Amino acid sequence: MSNTSGQPWAEEIYDRLRKAKVDTFCYVPDGGHKRLIVRCNEDPEVKAVPLTTEQEGVALAAGVHLGGSRSVLLMQSSGVGNCINMLSLIDIGRFPFLGIVTMRGEFGEGNPWQLNMGRAVQATLEAVGVHCLRAETAEEVAEVTQAAITMAFGAEMAVCLLLSQRLIGAKAF
Amino acid sequence: MNTAPRLLDRSRAVPLLIGKHEDFLIVAGLAGAAKDIGNLTKESPNTFLLGGAMGGAAMVAAGLAITQPDKRVLLVTGDGELLMALGSLATIGAVQPKNLAIVCVDNECYGETGDQPTHTSFGIDLKATAEACGIKTTRLVTSEAEMAEASALLRQSNGPVFVLLKVTGAPPPQYSRNWQASETKTAFRKALLGKR
Repeated sequence: MSNTSGQPWAEEIYDRLRKAKVDTFCYVPDGGHKRLIVRCNEDPEVKAVPLTTEQEGVALAAGVHLGGSRSVLLMQSSGVGNCINMLSLIDIGRFPFLGIVTMRGEFGEGNPWQLNMGRAVQATLEAVGVHCLRAETAEEVAEVTQAAITMAFGAEMAVCLLLSQRLIGAKAF
Repeated sequence: MNTAPRLLDRSRAVPLLIGKHEDFLIVAGLAGAAKDIGNLTKESPNTFLLGGAMGGAAMVAAGLAITQPDKRVLLVTGDGELLMALGSLATIGAVQPKNLAIVCVDNECYGETGDQPTHTSFGIDLKATAEACGIKTTRLVTSEAEMAEASALLRQSNGPVFVLLKVTGAPPPQYSRNWQASETKTAFRKALLGKR
Protein backbone atom coordinates (compact mmCIF):
# COMPACT_ATOMS: atom_id res chain seq x y z
CA MET A 1 0.00 0.00 0.00
CA SER A 2 1.27 3.43 -0.80
CA ASN A 3 -0.30 5.25 2.10
CA THR A 4 -0.92 2.89 5.01
CA SER A 5 1.41 4.65 7.41
CA GLY A 6 -1.15 7.16 8.62
CA GLN A 7 -4.60 5.58 8.32
CA PRO A 8 -6.14 7.94 10.88
CA TRP A 9 -9.56 6.65 9.86
CA ALA A 10 -8.47 3.20 11.01
CA GLU A 11 -7.92 4.53 14.54
CA GLU A 12 -11.48 5.82 14.41
CA ILE A 13 -12.78 2.39 13.39
CA TYR A 14 -10.81 0.67 16.13
CA ASP A 15 -11.96 2.99 18.87
CA ARG A 16 -15.61 2.65 17.87
CA LEU A 17 -15.40 -1.14 17.73
CA ARG A 18 -13.84 -1.26 21.19
CA LYS A 19 -16.39 1.18 22.57
CA ALA A 20 -19.06 -1.19 21.24
CA LYS A 21 -17.44 -4.03 23.25
CA VAL A 22 -16.07 -5.90 20.24
CA ASP A 23 -13.37 -7.99 21.91
CA THR A 24 -12.46 -10.58 19.29
CA PHE A 25 -10.73 -9.48 16.11
CA CYS A 26 -10.03 -12.08 13.45
CA TYR A 27 -8.35 -11.42 10.17
CA VAL A 28 -6.62 -12.47 7.02
CA PRO A 29 -4.17 -9.60 6.53
CA ASP A 30 -4.49 -6.81 4.02
CA GLY A 31 -2.46 -3.65 3.74
CA GLY A 32 -5.60 -1.63 4.25
CA HIS A 33 -6.15 -3.34 7.60
CA LYS A 34 -2.58 -2.85 8.77
CA ARG A 35 -3.38 -0.40 11.57
CA LEU A 36 -6.37 -2.37 12.85
CA ILE A 37 -4.29 -5.53 12.98
CA VAL A 38 -1.52 -3.77 14.89
CA ARG A 39 -4.01 -2.21 17.30
CA CYS A 40 -5.87 -5.43 18.09
CA ASN A 41 -2.63 -7.32 18.68
CA GLU A 42 -1.38 -4.61 21.04
CA ASP A 43 -4.61 -4.49 23.05
CA PRO A 44 -4.41 -6.76 26.13
CA GLU A 45 -8.21 -6.80 26.38
CA VAL A 46 -8.66 -8.15 22.86
CA LYS A 47 -8.39 -11.64 21.45
CA ALA A 48 -6.65 -11.33 18.07
CA VAL A 49 -7.13 -14.41 15.91
CA PRO A 50 -5.16 -14.82 12.68
CA LEU A 51 -7.01 -17.05 10.19
CA THR A 52 -5.88 -19.26 7.34
CA THR A 53 -8.96 -18.37 5.30
CA GLU A 54 -11.71 -15.82 5.75
CA GLN A 55 -14.52 -18.36 6.12
CA GLU A 56 -13.01 -19.39 9.45
CA GLY A 57 -13.85 -15.92 10.73
CA VAL A 58 -17.50 -16.29 9.76
CA ALA A 59 -17.81 -19.49 11.80
CA LEU A 60 -15.82 -17.91 14.62
CA ALA A 61 -18.32 -15.06 14.80
CA ALA A 62 -21.12 -17.56 15.44
CA GLY A 63 -19.13 -19.23 18.22
CA VAL A 64 -18.24 -15.92 19.85
CA HIS A 65 -21.91 -14.92 19.84
CA LEU A 66 -22.92 -18.28 21.35
CA GLY A 67 -20.44 -17.50 24.10
CA GLY A 68 -21.89 -14.04 24.70
CA SER A 69 -19.38 -11.69 23.12
CA ARG A 70 -18.75 -9.71 19.92
CA SER A 71 -16.30 -10.20 17.07
CA VAL A 72 -15.30 -8.57 13.83
CA LEU A 73 -13.78 -10.13 10.69
CA LEU A 74 -11.20 -8.07 8.80
CA MET A 75 -10.60 -9.09 5.20
CA GLN A 76 -9.85 -7.98 1.68
CA SER A 77 -12.46 -8.06 -1.07
CA SER A 78 -10.99 -11.27 -2.52
CA GLY A 79 -11.65 -12.92 0.85
CA VAL A 80 -15.37 -12.33 0.54
CA GLY A 81 -15.42 -15.03 -2.11
CA ASN A 82 -14.10 -17.49 0.47
CA CYS A 83 -16.97 -16.74 2.87
CA ILE A 84 -20.10 -17.24 0.83
CA ASN A 85 -21.29 -20.71 1.84
CA MET A 86 -20.20 -20.18 5.46
CA LEU A 87 -22.44 -17.12 5.62
CA SER A 88 -25.42 -19.52 5.44
CA LEU A 89 -24.63 -20.27 9.10
CA ILE A 90 -25.02 -16.59 9.96
CA ASP A 91 -28.28 -16.27 8.02
CA ILE A 92 -30.01 -19.45 9.20
CA GLY A 93 -28.91 -18.85 12.79
CA ARG A 94 -29.69 -15.12 12.67
CA PHE A 95 -26.31 -14.45 14.17
CA PRO A 96 -25.06 -10.87 14.38
CA PHE A 97 -22.09 -10.50 12.05
CA LEU A 98 -19.74 -7.65 11.24
CA GLY A 99 -17.13 -7.81 8.50
CA ILE A 100 -14.88 -4.98 7.41
CA VAL A 101 -13.78 -5.35 3.81
CA THR A 102 -10.96 -3.37 2.23
CA MET A 103 -11.83 -3.06 -1.44
CA ARG A 104 -9.47 -4.00 -4.23
CA GLY A 105 -10.13 -4.10 -7.93
CA GLU A 106 -11.62 -0.65 -8.17
CA PHE A 107 -10.13 2.87 -8.06
CA GLY A 108 -6.62 2.74 -9.50
CA GLU A 109 -6.12 -1.05 -9.16
CA GLY A 110 -2.90 -2.21 -10.81
CA ASN A 111 -3.46 -5.96 -10.45
CA PRO A 112 -6.08 -7.38 -12.81
CA TRP A 113 -6.49 -10.51 -10.63
CA GLN A 114 -8.32 -8.34 -8.10
CA LEU A 115 -11.01 -7.17 -10.50
CA ASN A 116 -13.42 -10.13 -10.34
CA MET A 117 -14.03 -10.20 -6.62
CA GLY A 118 -13.85 -6.44 -6.44
CA ARG A 119 -16.85 -6.36 -8.79
CA ALA A 120 -18.63 -9.25 -7.08
CA VAL A 121 -18.32 -8.30 -3.39
CA GLN A 122 -21.56 -6.43 -2.87
CA ALA A 123 -23.69 -8.59 -5.15
CA THR A 124 -22.53 -11.86 -3.58
CA LEU A 125 -22.79 -10.61 -0.01
CA GLU A 126 -26.29 -9.33 -0.60
CA ALA A 127 -27.27 -12.59 -2.29
CA VAL A 128 -26.48 -14.49 0.93
CA GLY A 129 -28.20 -12.02 3.23
CA VAL A 130 -25.43 -9.62 4.24
CA HIS A 131 -26.23 -5.91 4.26
CA CYS A 132 -23.46 -3.73 2.81
CA LEU A 133 -22.49 -0.23 3.90
CA ARG A 134 -19.76 1.63 2.07
CA ALA A 135 -17.32 4.36 3.10
CA GLU A 136 -15.84 6.28 0.19
CA THR A 137 -13.83 8.94 2.00
CA ALA A 138 -11.97 9.34 5.28
CA GLU A 139 -14.50 11.94 6.39
CA GLU A 140 -17.40 9.47 6.37
CA VAL A 141 -15.63 6.49 7.94
CA ALA A 142 -16.68 7.24 11.51
CA GLU A 143 -20.34 7.69 10.70
CA VAL A 144 -20.57 4.62 8.48
CA THR A 145 -18.66 2.51 11.00
CA GLN A 146 -21.08 3.50 13.72
CA ALA A 147 -24.02 2.65 11.47
CA ALA A 148 -22.52 -0.79 10.78
CA ILE A 149 -21.92 -1.44 14.49
CA THR A 150 -25.49 -0.47 15.38
CA MET A 151 -26.97 -2.67 12.67
CA ALA A 152 -24.74 -5.66 13.46
CA PHE A 153 -24.94 -5.68 17.25
CA GLY A 154 -28.07 -3.64 17.95
CA ALA A 155 -30.35 -5.00 15.25
CA GLU A 156 -28.37 -8.29 15.13
CA MET A 157 -28.03 -8.20 11.37
CA ALA A 158 -25.26 -9.49 9.13
CA VAL A 159 -23.36 -6.43 7.94
CA CYS A 160 -20.23 -5.76 5.95
CA LEU A 161 -18.56 -2.36 5.95
CA LEU A 162 -16.81 -1.85 2.61
CA LEU A 163 -13.85 0.53 2.66
CA SER A 164 -13.30 1.88 -0.84
CA GLN A 165 -10.00 1.52 -2.62
CA ARG A 166 -9.93 5.27 -3.04
CA LEU A 167 -9.96 5.56 0.74
CA ILE A 168 -7.27 2.95 1.46
CA GLY A 169 -5.12 3.81 -1.54
CA ALA A 170 -4.18 1.66 -4.52
CA LYS A 171 -1.14 -0.57 -4.12
CA ALA A 172 1.80 0.35 -6.33
CA PHE A 173 2.98 -2.37 -8.76
CA MET B 1 0.02 -43.68 7.44
CA ASN B 2 -2.76 -44.79 9.69
CA THR B 3 -3.87 -48.35 9.00
CA ALA B 4 -5.66 -49.07 12.27
CA PRO B 5 -8.55 -51.54 11.97
CA ARG B 6 -12.01 -50.03 12.31
CA LEU B 7 -14.15 -52.08 14.64
CA LEU B 8 -16.16 -49.57 16.65
CA ASP B 9 -19.77 -48.72 15.81
CA ARG B 10 -20.30 -44.99 16.21
CA SER B 11 -23.74 -45.39 17.79
CA ARG B 12 -22.11 -47.04 20.79
CA ALA B 13 -18.64 -45.52 20.61
CA VAL B 14 -19.52 -41.80 20.59
CA PRO B 15 -21.64 -41.92 23.79
CA LEU B 16 -19.03 -44.12 25.47
CA LEU B 17 -16.22 -41.73 24.63
CA ILE B 18 -18.07 -38.57 25.60
CA GLY B 19 -19.62 -39.92 28.79
CA LYS B 20 -21.59 -37.34 30.77
CA HIS B 21 -22.35 -34.81 28.03
CA GLU B 22 -23.37 -32.13 30.54
CA ASP B 23 -19.67 -31.68 31.29
CA PHE B 24 -19.34 -29.80 27.99
CA LEU B 25 -20.67 -27.10 25.77
CA ILE B 26 -20.93 -29.11 22.54
CA VAL B 27 -20.69 -27.99 18.91
CA ALA B 28 -21.32 -30.71 16.34
CA GLY B 29 -20.68 -30.60 12.61
CA LEU B 30 -23.23 -31.45 9.98
CA ALA B 31 -24.53 -34.90 8.97
CA GLY B 32 -23.35 -37.91 11.00
CA ALA B 33 -21.75 -35.93 13.83
CA ALA B 34 -24.95 -33.92 14.33
CA LYS B 35 -26.95 -37.16 14.52
CA ASP B 36 -24.48 -38.71 16.97
CA ILE B 37 -24.73 -35.70 19.26
CA GLY B 38 -28.41 -34.94 18.74
CA ASN B 39 -29.26 -38.49 19.70
CA LEU B 40 -26.97 -38.32 22.75
CA THR B 41 -28.13 -34.98 24.14
CA LYS B 42 -31.61 -34.75 22.57
CA GLU B 43 -30.46 -31.21 21.79
CA SER B 44 -30.29 -30.15 25.40
CA PRO B 45 -29.24 -26.49 25.50
CA ASN B 46 -25.54 -27.28 25.91
CA THR B 47 -25.71 -28.41 22.27
CA PHE B 48 -25.36 -26.52 19.00
CA LEU B 49 -25.68 -28.65 15.86
CA LEU B 50 -24.71 -27.42 12.42
CA GLY B 51 -26.83 -28.61 9.52
CA GLY B 52 -24.73 -27.22 6.69
CA ALA B 53 -21.90 -24.68 6.38
CA MET B 54 -19.57 -27.65 5.96
CA GLY B 55 -16.18 -26.99 7.49
CA GLY B 56 -17.54 -24.48 9.98
CA ALA B 57 -17.97 -26.50 13.16
CA ALA B 58 -14.33 -26.30 14.26
CA MET B 59 -14.24 -22.51 14.23
CA VAL B 60 -17.66 -22.20 15.88
CA ALA B 61 -16.25 -24.32 18.70
CA ALA B 62 -13.01 -22.31 18.75
CA GLY B 63 -14.91 -19.02 18.97
CA LEU B 64 -17.02 -20.39 21.82
CA ALA B 65 -13.92 -21.71 23.62
CA ILE B 66 -12.02 -18.41 23.56
CA THR B 67 -15.15 -16.55 24.66
CA GLN B 68 -15.93 -18.94 27.54
CA PRO B 69 -12.48 -19.89 28.85
CA ASP B 70 -13.88 -21.35 32.08
CA LYS B 71 -16.16 -23.84 30.33
CA ARG B 72 -15.08 -27.03 28.63
CA VAL B 73 -15.98 -26.91 24.92
CA LEU B 74 -16.30 -30.09 22.88
CA LEU B 75 -16.25 -30.17 19.09
CA VAL B 76 -17.58 -33.32 17.44
CA THR B 77 -17.04 -33.47 13.71
CA GLY B 78 -16.65 -36.01 10.95
CA ASP B 79 -13.57 -36.75 8.89
CA GLY B 80 -15.21 -35.33 5.76
CA GLU B 81 -15.97 -32.00 7.40
CA LEU B 82 -12.58 -31.72 9.04
CA LEU B 83 -10.82 -32.42 5.75
CA MET B 84 -12.66 -29.43 4.32
CA ALA B 85 -11.31 -27.20 7.09
CA LEU B 86 -7.77 -28.37 7.81
CA GLY B 87 -6.75 -24.74 8.12
CA SER B 88 -8.98 -24.52 11.19
CA LEU B 89 -6.68 -27.01 12.92
CA ALA B 90 -3.78 -24.65 12.19
CA THR B 91 -5.74 -21.70 13.57
CA ILE B 92 -6.64 -23.67 16.71
CA GLY B 93 -2.97 -24.61 17.03
CA ALA B 94 -1.99 -20.96 16.71
CA VAL B 95 -4.50 -19.79 19.31
CA GLN B 96 -4.16 -22.82 21.68
CA PRO B 97 -7.54 -22.61 23.43
CA LYS B 98 -6.88 -24.55 26.64
CA ASN B 99 -10.52 -25.56 27.08
CA LEU B 100 -11.21 -27.02 23.63
CA ALA B 101 -11.53 -30.76 23.06
CA ILE B 102 -12.00 -32.17 19.58
CA VAL B 103 -13.45 -35.55 18.67
CA CYS B 104 -13.25 -36.50 15.02
CA VAL B 105 -15.54 -39.42 14.23
CA ASP B 106 -13.63 -40.98 11.34
CA ASN B 107 -15.61 -43.50 9.29
CA GLU B 108 -13.44 -42.93 6.22
CA CYS B 109 -16.45 -42.09 4.08
CA TYR B 110 -19.08 -39.47 3.29
CA GLY B 111 -21.98 -41.32 4.89
CA GLU B 112 -24.54 -38.65 4.05
CA THR B 113 -24.02 -38.76 0.30
CA GLY B 114 -23.58 -42.45 -0.51
CA ASP B 115 -20.48 -43.63 1.37
CA GLN B 116 -17.93 -42.26 -1.05
CA PRO B 117 -14.42 -42.71 0.42
CA THR B 118 -12.79 -39.74 2.13
CA HIS B 119 -9.08 -39.04 2.03
CA THR B 120 -8.65 -40.83 5.37
CA SER B 121 -9.51 -44.07 3.56
CA PHE B 122 -6.34 -43.52 1.56
CA GLY B 123 -4.31 -43.28 4.75
CA ILE B 124 -4.41 -39.53 5.34
CA ASP B 125 -3.92 -39.28 9.09
CA LEU B 126 -5.93 -36.57 10.85
CA LYS B 127 -4.31 -37.27 14.23
CA ALA B 128 -0.88 -36.61 12.75
CA THR B 129 -2.32 -33.53 11.02
CA ALA B 130 -3.60 -32.19 14.34
CA GLU B 131 -0.18 -32.79 15.91
CA ALA B 132 1.54 -31.02 13.04
CA CYS B 133 -0.86 -28.12 13.58
CA GLY B 134 0.34 -27.68 17.15
CA ILE B 135 -2.29 -29.67 19.02
CA LYS B 136 0.06 -31.50 21.35
CA THR B 137 -2.33 -33.85 23.12
CA THR B 138 -3.83 -36.38 20.72
CA ARG B 139 -5.15 -39.92 20.89
CA LEU B 140 -6.20 -42.56 18.40
CA VAL B 141 -9.11 -44.62 19.69
CA THR B 142 -9.88 -47.88 17.90
CA SER B 143 -11.22 -50.02 20.74
CA GLU B 144 -13.37 -49.73 23.86
CA ALA B 145 -10.29 -50.45 25.97
CA GLU B 146 -8.90 -47.04 24.97
CA MET B 147 -12.06 -45.12 25.79
CA ALA B 148 -11.68 -44.34 29.48
CA GLU B 149 -8.31 -42.66 29.15
CA ALA B 150 -9.42 -40.65 26.12
CA SER B 151 -12.66 -39.66 27.84
CA ALA B 152 -10.69 -38.28 30.78
CA LEU B 153 -8.39 -36.39 28.40
CA LEU B 154 -11.37 -34.61 26.86
CA ARG B 155 -11.94 -33.14 30.31
CA GLN B 156 -8.39 -32.04 31.02
CA SER B 157 -7.77 -28.32 31.05
CA ASN B 158 -4.24 -27.64 29.91
CA GLY B 159 -4.52 -27.30 26.17
CA PRO B 160 -6.46 -28.30 23.09
CA VAL B 161 -7.02 -32.05 22.82
CA PHE B 162 -7.69 -34.06 19.68
CA VAL B 163 -9.17 -37.57 19.68
CA LEU B 164 -9.49 -39.48 16.43
CA LEU B 165 -12.25 -42.03 16.90
CA LYS B 166 -12.03 -44.65 14.17
CA VAL B 167 -15.42 -46.21 13.47
CA THR B 168 -16.93 -48.57 10.92
CA GLY B 169 -19.05 -47.35 8.05
CA ALA B 170 -22.24 -48.23 9.95
CA PRO B 171 -24.75 -45.36 9.85
CA PRO B 172 -25.21 -42.91 12.72
CA PRO B 173 -28.27 -43.25 14.96
CA GLN B 174 -31.57 -42.05 13.55
CA TYR B 175 -32.44 -38.70 15.05
CA SER B 176 -35.03 -36.14 14.02
CA ARG B 177 -33.37 -32.82 14.69
CA ASN B 178 -34.34 -29.18 14.93
CA TRP B 179 -33.13 -27.53 11.71
CA GLN B 180 -33.85 -24.00 12.94
CA ALA B 181 -30.46 -22.81 14.13
CA SER B 182 -31.89 -19.49 15.28
CA GLU B 183 -33.96 -21.43 17.86
CA THR B 184 -31.14 -23.64 19.06
CA LYS B 185 -28.82 -20.62 19.21
CA THR B 186 -31.29 -18.79 21.43
CA ALA B 187 -31.82 -21.81 23.69
CA PHE B 188 -28.04 -22.26 23.98
CA ARG B 189 -27.48 -18.60 24.93
CA LYS B 190 -30.36 -18.55 27.41
CA ALA B 191 -28.95 -21.59 29.21
CA LEU B 192 -25.37 -20.31 29.19
CA LEU B 193 -25.83 -16.57 29.59
CA GLY B 194 -29.32 -16.17 30.96
CA LYS B 195 -30.30 -13.95 28.06
CA ARG B 196 -31.31 -14.31 24.46
